[in-house]
Amino acid sequence: MSEEVKKGALGLVQDSPAERFFNGLIAENPTLVLMIGMCPTLAVTSSAMNGLGMGLATTFVLALSNAVIAALRKIIPATVRIPSFIVVIASFVTIVQLLMQAYFPALNKALGVYIPLIVVNCIIFGRAEAYASKHGIVPSFYDGVGMGIGFTCAITVIGLFRELIGAGTAFNIQILGIGSVIPGTIGAYLAKYQPVSIFVQQAGAFFVLAFLIAFMNKVKANSAKKKKEAK
Amino acid sequence: MMTETVLEFLALMLSASLINNVVLSQFLGLCPFLGVSKRIDTALGMGGACIFVMTLSSLVCSTIYWFVLKPFDLGYLQTIVFILVVAMLVQFVEMILKKYIVSLYKALGVYLPLITTNCAVLGVALTNVTNNYTIEGSTVCGFSTAAGFTIAIVILAGLREKMEYNDIPESFKGMPIVLLTSGLMAIAFTGFSALK
Repeated sequence: MSEEVKKGALGLVQDSPAERFFNGLIAENPTLVLMIGMCPTLAVTSSAMNGLGMGLATTFVLALSNAVIAALRKIIPATVRIPSFIVVIASFVTIVQLLMQAYFPALNKALGVYIPLIVVNCIIFGRAEAYASKHGIVPSFYDGVGMGIGFTCAITVIGLFRELIGAGTAFNIQILGIGSVIPGTIGAYLAKYQPVSIFVQQAGAFFVLAFLIAFMNKVKANSAKKKKEAK
Repeated sequence: MMTETVLEFLALMLSASLINNVVLSQFLGLCPFLGVSKRIDTALGMGGACIFVMTLSSLVCSTIYWFVLKPFDLGYLQTIVFILVVAMLVQFVEMILKKYIVSLYKALGVYLPLITTNCAVLGVALTNVTNNYTIEGSTVCGFSTAAGFTIAIVILAGLREKMEYNDIPESFKGMPIVLLTSGLMAIAFTGFSALK
């Protein structure tokens, strides 16, 4: 093996399953780094549970549609690739919709119209166009899984943050405010917390995302500064 | 299919445009809302294109639903059918305008292809069906939702034009300050819920 192995994210072998997974989770996290798919990020993060449900549904669609598109990439003519991708993605979204209606009716009701709207989530279309249409089935599948889990982690954490501050709960368990499940003096102290309900309302979504992006900008600016100084 | 009275139409218009504003309270169509809101005239162009396409797509999607999907029990196909209809409709409208109404094409031209990626178009088509609106009801709902989008994007563009001269902290420049402004607008729009 004399030929050089291409290194991808985190120094792992390019296009290997692990590299694809961590690329989606960290190096090219769709929400925090690439900043795509903002509509669901704002809309369903009013609680951690909604974020998790939406994230997993998106992961399912992303991984399977990526695999199918990769399998069909040599058959689909370039001129009609966009409608073809849409049909593949929409089919998987319909499957998710039916599965959720059958097994998670409460979550399905909470997420409402945002489940069918996974079709127009730019993360899915973006990965189909940028990755799955140029790579094999296995790396494309793992690319979808990594991107999906990256998205899930980001929106679950944002949801958790908003839920905790806005309603005092985490995954519907009361942590802060009256009725805290934590016992003892810490619990009594936490029970004094007054939830700031604006964080679970629509405006709160905008504010949290604004501060998150400002924070990411600051981090980027700092690391760029350090690189400059190092030179 | 239920039929609506004139009063119900008015209530529907008010609810779709202001109370449940598509961007500020339902978070649909955020990409164009944040992307094309730098100047008032481009915002107006985008708004106009949206009104045009959303009214038309609500009409077409709802007609297909009541005359094809519903009678043949194909409701589960709605997501696939609607997204294809919207994508085709945008292409079709672009072609027709280019050929016959050149002045309107020039005014809306660049914004039309962008609309396919506007999730509000598909969102409204799906909500119409979920709420069991008639074909007329859906058309009214599509029009008022787009009108609400136009109101919101024009206000944001006006604010952004003024904000250009402000001294904004470095890390808040660009997206964050626009999101903060939208958040404040969302608070203002919750005031409309008293109209219910």
